[in-house]
Amino acid sequence: MEIKEKDYDKKLDLKTWKRLFKYLFRYKYTTIGLIIFMISLALADAVLPQMTRIAIDDFIIPNTTEGLDVFILKFVGLAVWFSSNVFAFIAIAGRIEMELTYDIREEAFDKLQKLSLSYYDKTQNGWIMARMTSDIRRLGEVISWGIVDVVWGTTMMLIISIFMLVSNWRLALYTLAVIPILIIVSIYFQRIILKAYRIVRKINSKITGSFSEGISGAKTTKTLVAEEKNLNNFKELTGDMKTHSIRAAVFSAMFLPIVLSLSSIGIALILWKGGEGVVAGSVTYGVLVLFISYATQFFEPVREVARVLAQFQQAQASAERVLSLIDIDPDVKDGKEILDIYGDILEPKKENWEPIEGNISFEDVTFYYNEKERILENFNLEVKKGQTIALVGETGSGKSTIVNLICRFYEPVDGKIKIDGIDYKKRSINWLHENIGYVLQSPHLFSGTIKENLMYGKLDATDEEVVEAAKIVNAHDFIMELPNKYETQVGEGGGKLSTGEKQLISFGRAIIRNPSIFVLDEATSSIDTETERKIQSALERILKDRTSFIIAHRLSTIVNADRILVISKGKIIEEGNHNQLIRKKGYYYNLYSNQFKKENLEKSII
Amino acid sequence: MKNLKLLWNYMNENKIKYLLSIISTALAVALALTVPLILQVVIDYILVGKEVQGNIFVEKLFGFLGGTTYLIDNLWLTGLLVIVITAVQGIFLYYKGKLSAEASEDVAKNLRERLYNHIQHLTYAYHKNADTGDLIQRSTSDIETIRRFLSVQMVEVGRAVFMVGISLYVMINLNVKMTLIAMATTPVLFVFSYMYFKVVQKSFKISDESEAELSTVIQENLNGVRVVKAFGREKFEIEKFREKNNQYKVKTYKVIMNLAYYWSISDLLTIVQIALVVVASIYYANQGLITLGTAVVFINYIFRIIWPIKQLGRILADLGKALVSTERIQEILDEEREVEKPVEIKPEIHGEIEFKNVSFEYPDDKNHKVLENVSFKVKKGETIAIVGKTGSGKSSLVHLLPRLYDVEKGEILIDGHNINTIQKKWLRKNVGIVLQEPFLYSTTIQENISFQNESNIKDVHDAARIASVHHVVEEFDQGYDTVIGEKGVTLSGGQKQRIAIARTIINNYPILIFDDSLSAVDTETDIAIRKALGERKKDVTTFIISHRISSIYDADKIIVMEKGKIKEMGKHEDLIQKEGIYKRIYDIQNVKEFEVEVERRESDGN
Repeated sequence: MEIKEKDYDKKLDLKTWKRLFKYLFRYKYTTIGLIIFMISLALADAVLPQMTRIAIDDFIIPNTTEGLDVFILKFVGLAVWFSSNVFAFIAIAGRIEMELTYDIREEAFDKLQKLSLSYYDKTQNGWIMARMTSDIRRLGEVISWGIVDVVWGTTMMLIISIFMLVSNWRLALYTLAVIPILIIVSIYFQRIILKAYRIVRKINSKITGSFSEGISGAKTTKTLVAEEKNLNNFKELTGDMKTHSIRAAVFSAMFLPIVLSLSSIGIALILWKGGEGVVAGSVTYGVLVLFISYATQFFEPVREVARVLAQFQQAQASAERVLSLIDIDPDVKDGKEILDIYGDILEPKKENWEPIEGNISFEDVTFYYNEKERILENFNLEVKKGQTIALVGETGSGKSTIVNLICRFYEPVDGKIKIDGIDYKKRSINWLHENIGYVLQSPHLFSGTIKENLMYGKLDATDEEVVEAAKIVNAHDFIMELPNKYETQVGEGGGKLSTGEKQLISFGRAIIRNPSIFVLDEATSSIDTETERKIQSALERILKDRTSFIIAHRLSTIVNADRILVISKGKIIEEGNHNQLIRKKGYYYNLYSNQFKKENLEKSII
Repeated sequence: MKNLKLLWNYMNENKIKYLLSIISTALAVALALTVPLILQVVIDYILVGKEVQGNIFVEKLFGFLGGTTYLIDNLWLTGLLVIVITAVQGIFLYYKGKLSAEASEDVAKNLRERLYNHIQHLTYAYHKNADTGDLIQRSTSDIETIRRFLSVQMVEVGRAVFMVGISLYVMINLNVKMTLIAMATTPVLFVFSYMYFKVVQKSFKISDESEAELSTVIQENLNGVRVVKAFGREKFEIEKFREKNNQYKVKTYKVIMNLAYYWSISDLLTIVQIALVVVASIYYANQGLITLGTAVVFINYIFRIIWPIKQLGRILADLGKALVSTERIQEILDEEREVEKPVEIKPEIHGEIEFKNVSFEYPDDKNHKVLENVSFKVKKGETIAIVGKTGSGKSSLVHLLPRLYDVEKGEILIDGHNINTIQKKWLRKNVGIVLQEPFLYSTTIQENISFQNESNIKDVHDAARIASVHHVVEEFDQGYDTVIGEKGVTLSGGQKQRIAIARTIINNYPILIFDDSLSAVDTETDIAIRKALGERKKDVTTFIISHRISSIYDADKIIVMEKGKIKEMGKHEDLIQKEGIYKRIYDIQNVKEFEVEVERRESDGN
């Protein structure tokens, strides 16, 4: 499942950008304000060299200071006009950038919360992370500052052209003659420069990856004596990096000289023709100097506009990927009429929620991801309130699917699952999930305190409830030994706790909500003997009076189940309690007697 | 100062290139500042018609170009001169960019490789305690900071210094008082820029931190998506996200506002400074103290030097970062590498092992005895199981064999050789160890399994079969060419462990160590792997650390560790006869219960 992404060389697709620019409608007036300030700033930029012209033509040449006070006032006014415009545009464009980023991110995150597990099973977390962080940040930047540069650049080019044409159209045409070439060269170079740096960034992220691998894997590398090999691979990357970085730098280094030389042609023409004009008396000294300033100034807006266009082209891929995330429709969702009664994720109408008893039945349930490989076919199961059901079987037998269906992470393709006699699609997903206690193999904790993690199960839990839950799962003792007790920070992903401790907390957060349905999804397979003993003694208390489903490899976890279902290829092949199944001497018996060679056991019993 | 010297040393053979780049910068700046002088000459001597006499340079130049009268009719010559000068300036500009890129990229490359290599050769103990996130941060962003400093900032500083220096020289020669006026506010601008960026650095950092927090919330949400869904906590997550999203918005906006203040204030100062020069030019020109051409030069220069001065302040404020980065990198480079003694042997290794009174404590914690007086003998081909609580010293014991740590008290003999006399790399090529949390490289499965030595496909498949992972790999779309990790498939803990086992056993080591490396694998697979291993590796001396009795009961020798000491040693059958630690673990794991069941079934049957 290699994800190949073409990040550049995409044609600008207006439809994509139109959708993104629609976000700007939310801050319509701010955006219009920004445009006005940019036009005004461009005007100020173009007026500045005019001051020199006035100084020469109105004061130096006639050798007078008459009106100098007004001139100075005008200059001060210009300074204030200029700097207040600068302040306004940065403040406004920054506001737009932040609002835009915030809004797109929020919409994407809301969508992520609504998407079903099927999406997450297919999509790498890293992919989603990249969309949520760098892609969205880049869109915010490109759109807001893109407006700034494009409006400023085009206005500036326009005003300078007008100013020149008005003061001397002949001379203006000489200057403007070079502009088309300047534009073409700029667009061409900005594109290849951005492209070259894009490659550099890609290699750079590979180098980061390589460093991270070299550091996290250093211990393994030692045991494999692979230091040389790794270094050689790494050197290939750094070599690439050097070559491409220099390449990109060389492109940039070429751009400025070429552009400068081009504008110098304009300057030369003005010096020549303008100079002749001065001699002939048709051009003033002030105008000559003004034109030379403009010719020098012209290339900046050209470069800016060319750069922004190239950036938009580069951001095309980001835009498409972010929109693709926002556009996805969840596989499992509530219908409108259900939402009307039960409320949605953000506004659940809990007053309409029926209490849950815990009777669960599968009626002719069929499930598959693709039609050729059916995982469950006409599967039937009847579970009474309060029963503990253990599911046993090989990987891929369908036992995880059964649990996923019960939790409504997935829905049956055919057939019905009823809870308390009613098809669970007739109630909201949220209603079901609020009543489930779920513990899985890898106990994902969230940054925050132990207390906060326990309260994840019941957001309004009191301190007493938190402690009680911790006591039930035998976590209280170890928590009290920690420096800050229940207020101890668990670190990112719970990293500051051991796996066993994390698992105890994850049991605690499931039990605190006093769920009617309890699911243990291989919850005991990767913990040490010590923790297992603690959980073992808590399990009886945990499972009492709840409908429970247990997937487990360890015998100890399932011997006490009311019913053990042995699943193979989507079918129940054996069923009964532990004693019954052992006596049956079937699959279940073999599964566990394999753990010990029989003769060895007999030997030890004797 | 020390850090500057370090930076200087990092540059080694690139110093000359760097120097050439700075010389190019100086020449480019000098030429750029020549253009306004040409303008001055044209205005004053050709157009206004001032006497050339008294200015030797202009006299010579005009003589060369054909004299004043000739030039009035052929003004294009001066234009051409501008083009030529700009073009030559362009060439220097190009070399400035190219050479500085070549030099700084080479420095970065060398630094990266040196650091990577160094990190790989740091001791096992270092890596065990290392904060990987911090190390990665240093290896990537700190090197980037240094690279940027060398390739961009230093050159910019050089440019600014030359720009100010050369223009000062020219201006003073033209008119001292005007020069003073032209430079009036520049110190203020410089100090303002410097102070400002010093002060607001904190707000940049705060924004970065809040972005990191936002990423963590998204990351944890994605990692724990099953928990979020099962607990119906979508709303809670959205609220948590919104808070962080908003914080990021607010804090980053603060940074933007800081920039808005900076740019508007500095632009105000800039335009005031320009106004000062323009007005002073009027005043002095009218007094006849300067010519029109000189006025034009001053106005032109002030536009050119003000930007570099602002930049200079900003860069100097940033400079501290590069020095801090240097220090952070040097800290790693100063860490000691694994020691290699000059005289080390490479004996053929068969697999007979003896521990003689081995005591051990970690280098960083000398008070805590990890192993105390451990002695035992192992014959070639035997399987040794080690059990004990976390922290009992069992992992440390096996880590001594491939010399991941060196023994200082007592000795370990392999085939009669004290292992401290055997070359580390040689030893590690003969002692295969599968770590508890093995690290897989983000490349194909094929390459991962044949990581140490290039192996043919058949061997890879065989090793995978023994490790019970062949059928798993075959199910992937791209089979053994499937890429693991962020860019490819995510493997479960058990799958990772099995691939790590395949990667180790493919090498036919005479000694093999499994450091709890089957913990995430289910019991059946565990058994299958051990069976396959037993068949293939009859002569291999094997160490197994495990929590599961079922994994170790048939070992030739079981060692029970507690607090660094061997508490019990013997065969399974003997150990369960004694009331000891082993028997207690055995009981906890419900093995007894199972035996009772079997017994009951047997008696029922009879």
